Amino acid sequence: MLGLTLKEVSLAFREGRISPTELCRKCLNRIKKTQRLNAYIAVTEEFALKQARQSEARLLQGIPKGPLDGIPFAVKDNFCTANIRTTCASKMLKDYTPPYNATVVQKLLDQGAVLMGKTNMDEFAMGAGSTDGAFGPVRNPWSYAASYRTQAGAASDSDWVITGGSSGGSAAAVASCTSYLALGSDTGGSTRNPGALCGVVALKPTYGLVSRHGLIPLVNSMDVPGIITRSVGDAAITLGVLQGADVRDSTTVPAPSALTELPEDFDVRNICVGIPKEYHAPGLSEETLAQWSRVADLFEKAGARVEQVSLPHTQYSIVCYHVLCHAEVASNMARFDGLEYGHRSEMKSSTEVMYASTRHEGFNDVVRGRILSGNYFLLKQNYQHYFVKAQKVRRLIADDFRHVFGSGIDVLLTPTTLTDAACYHDFTQEDNRTRSAQEDVFTQPANMAGLPAVSVPTGLSQRGLPIGLQLIGPALEDKKLLCVAQWVEQSVGFPSISDCENTQESRKDPGATRREQTSAV
Amino acid sequence: MTKMLAFQTLRVVSLEILGSPCNLLANNVYSITKRCSLISLQSQILRPLSSHQHNPKVPKVPTWEPVPEEQLPQPTKIPADLVDKLERLALVDFRTKQGLECLEKAIRFADLLHVVDTSGVEPMDSVLEDRALYLRDDTVTEGDCAEELLKLAKDTVEEYFVAPPGNIPLPKREERAAILRHSEF
Repeated sequence: MLGLTLKEVSLAFREGRISPTELCRKCLNRIKKTQRLNAYIAVTEEFALKQARQSEARLLQGIPKGPLDGIPFAVKDNFCTANIRTTCASKMLKDYTPPYNATVVQKLLDQGAVLMGKTNMDEFAMGAGSTDGAFGPVRNPWSYAASYRTQAGAASDSDWVITGGSSGGSAAAVASCTSYLALGSDTGGSTRNPGALCGVVALKPTYGLVSRHGLIPLVNSMDVPGIITRSVGDAAITLGVLQGADVRDSTTVPAPSALTELPEDFDVRNICVGIPKEYHAPGLSEETLAQWSRVADLFEKAGARVEQVSLPHTQYSIVCYHVLCHAEVASNMARFDGLEYGHRSEMKSSTEVMYASTRHEGFNDVVRGRILSGNYFLLKQNYQHYFVKAQKVRRLIADDFRHVFGSGIDVLLTPTTLTDAACYHDFTQEDNRTRSAQEDVFTQPANMAGLPAVSVPTGLSQRGLPIGLQLIGPALEDKKLLCVAQWVEQSVGFPSISDCENTQESRKDPGATRREQTSAV
Repeated sequence: MTKMLAFQTLRVVSLEILGSPCNLLANNVYSITKRCSLISLQSQILRPLSSHQHNPKVPKVPTWEPVPEEQLPQPTKIPADLVDKLERLALVDFRTKQGLECLEKAIRFADLLHVVDTSGVEPMDSVLEDRALYLRDDTVTEGDCAEELLKLAKDTVEEYFVAPPGNIPLPKREERAAILRHSEF
């Protein structure tokens, strides 16, 4: 039951095979069982059960609000949720309770979805591993799947792999079947990166399509709320609910067309797929390359046109992102001074001392490092040299994409990450900045140009961990992009994690009946 | 081991097809052979990766060109008073040696930008620059939430946020280090 898609669960509700409260309890139990993953910062048990009961009442009266009524979902901890602690995995906000809901959260709640909890992340969404939050790192559910365990050869707990970041908790929640969909935020790949490493579908919509009101900002010109689900169809349903202009966010644009479900009659022969040659970056693993080639073959065999294209400034995209990100972060983090909300230091000899010590206590090294380098790039003597230069390079990158899409390409196919998930011990050998520069290489160009991108899991690596590929489309053509993504999903045959579940879990429960074991999965 | 992997990449269209829960027992050959019937559907995936014909449109080797050191400006060394100035502007301290190295590495990385020719290119502020964005009427539609917002702050008096005395410059470097040592969280 927990491994089904949204449509299947809605059907199950209507047919009376399960009720929203039972499903909610199942998910809550599963969250308790998978606590070692550390995917959740706060689990909203009572709130969830209350919503589930309301959803059940609506179902009994025959008036469900829509396809998401009664569906458990999780939200990354940098989205404001009214009366529920929102921390951004930081000491600065560890006791902060927002008085309002973020627009996207409100939209999901209005549709009757059931909020399971707030998920873990990198502090203030800065990072590519979900390892640098104040509440500890998130573990990848695939670390405990038989496909990885048999390769690792050990029963020990020390070689668990990371989820990727920064929305690692959201991806882990969806991958471990504790919720059907999760919201993440995507600034440089923060949704697609963990999506690929955890073997789930991760969508970054076009910039401006989904409201950012209530999302604690990292980089205002690149942030987009991301959607993580286990199937492309589910992502489409969710996007249909979340897209649209919002009066509270002046950077939103109206949705180009309503989106409820993807059309059935999609013909891949009408599609021209571009393979940008600059996306074979140094460090790309053999297996990811093989998956890339394999999916390109699948497209060709099915009759789509596949062409190699060039995005000449890709190599500098990560540098440009680095400068713009640090500069905007320096500006956005200035709001945390301890006066109006958040942590406040006890030092009170002067305002400046209070600010400085609050920020010293509340932020970790990663955040402080970025604020410092951001301020460096924004100094009067460096402004033209770094910041404005980066903005010019950004235009070159956006133009690259525009030329490619203007010359008949419908969608670009690229890898999402360089390799499969690294184990925690190896990942932490380098500092956060270096890792981000490595991991975000394929994902941040889409943020720079504001284009929609989706990561679809395509296969398992030699280590038994997921590999995902990314599809990038032109601005506001999210529907077409998702159609292509669904076609890829149906053609690659990615195994669900329940096939690869560690059997020690089910062996621990000898008294459970066959039926209970099925539903536990 | 490769055979095991091959079977593990079977696609399960729905759990119902297999009937029973999918317990992939590591050493149970029997349960693996039971799934043989699904293999024919997935024969493409089961081929070991090494014999897979590489698609010629996908580049086989990395296409990035390393940037020679000569093309980059001199590595920036940050003098101590610039660190001080940055700390005052940013109101975060990062005086440790590791912090400084991190900053210098970040700047070195950013120096790569100068290799790109941007003559005649306008800076881009926003990807939505070509769209007309919605502007609402200049009327008050919400507010009156002072009480809720004041609840979020630690130190308030009536409708005011209380701040320590202002207009006092941040103490000198050495004093700051002493203060911050005391405020360690």
